[in-house]
Amino acid sequence: MRIQDSIANIKAIFKRELFSYFGSPVAYVFIIIFLLLLGFFTFNIGMFFESNQADFRGFFDWHPWVYIFLIPAVAMRLWAEDRRLGTIELLLTFPITVADAILGKFLAAWCFLGICLMLTFPLVFTVMYLGNPDLGVAFCAYVGSFLLAGAFLSVGIMTSSATRSQVISFILSVVLCLFLILSGYPPVLDSLYGWAPAWLVNLVSQLSFLTHFQSITRGVLDARDILYYASVMVFFLFVTGVIIQNRRTS
Amino acid sequence: MIEVKNITKDFGKMKAVDNVSFSVEKGEILGFLGPNGAGKSTTMRMITGFIPPTAGTAVIGGYDITEDSISARKKMGYLPENAPVYPDMTVHGYLDFCAQIRGYGPADRKRKIHETIERCFLTRVEYQNISTLSKGYRQRVCFAQSILHDPEYLIFDEPTDGLDPNQKHEVRLMIREMSEKKAILLSTHILDEVESVCTRAVIIANGCIVADDTPDNLKTRSSVHGAVCIAVATADEQALISVLRELDCVKQAEVLEKDEKQIHVRIYPKELKIPIADRIMIALREKDFKIESLFVEQGRLDEVFRKITL
Repeated sequence: MRIQDSIANIKAIFKRELFSYFGSPVAYVFIIIFLLLLGFFTFNIGMFFESNQADFRGFFDWHPWVYIFLIPAVAMRLWAEDRRLGTIELLLTFPITVADAILGKFLAAWCFLGICLMLTFPLVFTVMYLGNPDLGVAFCAYVGSFLLAGAFLSVGIMTSSATRSQVISFILSVVLCLFLILSGYPPVLDSLYGWAPAWLVNLVSQLSFLTHFQSITRGVLDARDILYYASVMVFFLFVTGVIIQNRRTS
Repeated sequence: MIEVKNITKDFGKMKAVDNVSFSVEKGEILGFLGPNGAGKSTTMRMITGFIPPTAGTAVIGGYDITEDSISARKKMGYLPENAPVYPDMTVHGYLDFCAQIRGYGPADRKRKIHETIERCFLTRVEYQNISTLSKGYRQRVCFAQSILHDPEYLIFDEPTDGLDPNQKHEVRLMIREMSEKKAILLSTHILDEVESVCTRAVIIANGCIVADDTPDNLKTRSSVHGAVCIAVATADEQALISVLRELDCVKQAEVLEKDEKQIHVRIYPKELKIPIADRIMIALREKDFKIESLFVEQGRLDEVFRKITL
């Protein structure tokens, strides 16, 4: 009975949030910018045609860098807006749990990102027209990109829950996401080598969004990578819950 | 019944609400009064489960808000301060969302929304975006949200804030209509509202309860309670006052206002239990003073309010 109630609640919040994306210009602006940016990176900077290869590497490699600015923008309003409008008081005095509210919002935003991702389908057809790509790899890469989007989003929803200012939420989550992307890169690890214990350096390098993303885009859908993204999302959503429980008034 | 038991909230070192207890029975409308910053909203937020109390608890219809929060919240309707609504939704969409959260199926939802919209006079704006509505309409939309599921317990934080006099009147009528089968707790700092709507008033100041009584009883604490105000058509102040002071039932007579034709006097009785209006009239008529108006003061809530909250 409890679970059924929860599902109904999550569904109601999910519908409201998704509707509110499409009820405002945000969704359309976002979709257009998202597609334009990805197209620009893939064709103009990534030299998609010049590389003469019918695969999707040149397309998916850009996803993390587009996500890093656009996903915090999608996520920043999720809680900050409720705090600003005061509707958070309404939401948290409804007979629903904080987890219901967080999941409803998160899934709505994730679904919205999924829709954006699906709208890149012309590229798949282009590649299919030009050559004979491995569609299995493409599918894997889409799944990987969707998971990556979810991980970014969970960071964004956490920073959004901590502040009523969407700008602060945006900046915090860009910085956090940047750290999570770059943590696998040598310069970041180098800065740790001198003083941090080896296990910490190892941990930080394993935290990188990028290393896990790259293996998926190569067509290897490893359970460990999926588990990694799932645990990142669970972790940040859990932190979101803790923040909301503790910062109800201000 | 809404039972508030020794509820306390500390914000750091500051005690926002200090050991507040009261209860609201069904059929009662309890007015929750206090100056700004006295802890009214904080108390209501704790009762509705928005913020956890530092100590104590509230029990709503048998469910403890700190232990079985969801069950307690199911029984409640809550209108928060400033009536928060989602501006990007239509009135219908907003109420539909609330009805889904309250667990109504599609058919019930339609009926409930229709009923509530009619009751709150929102038919005209049903499919309008909330962002285009005036403050008064928004307030009513949020009010509609709180009564949508016909809860047994209602908590309104300043329900008439920002409404014009006609809208205030409508909202008060609605509240009074509903009160028969429900327990209603409303906060306000409009004292007229307490007199016209509430069956009981609790006054808090600096987080503590300083009075818990019916509005009529509270008014008896006023210094002017039982005093008689008269307007006499005369210019001779001296003569008038000396007549009044000679009466043995009169403690004091003070002139409130005077001009060439008329003098207004307030007369305080020696003892509250003995009515003095009759004796004043007889005494004045004997001396050929013409009384143009006379009324007995019930006492003033605003004066009582100031006296006990300052």
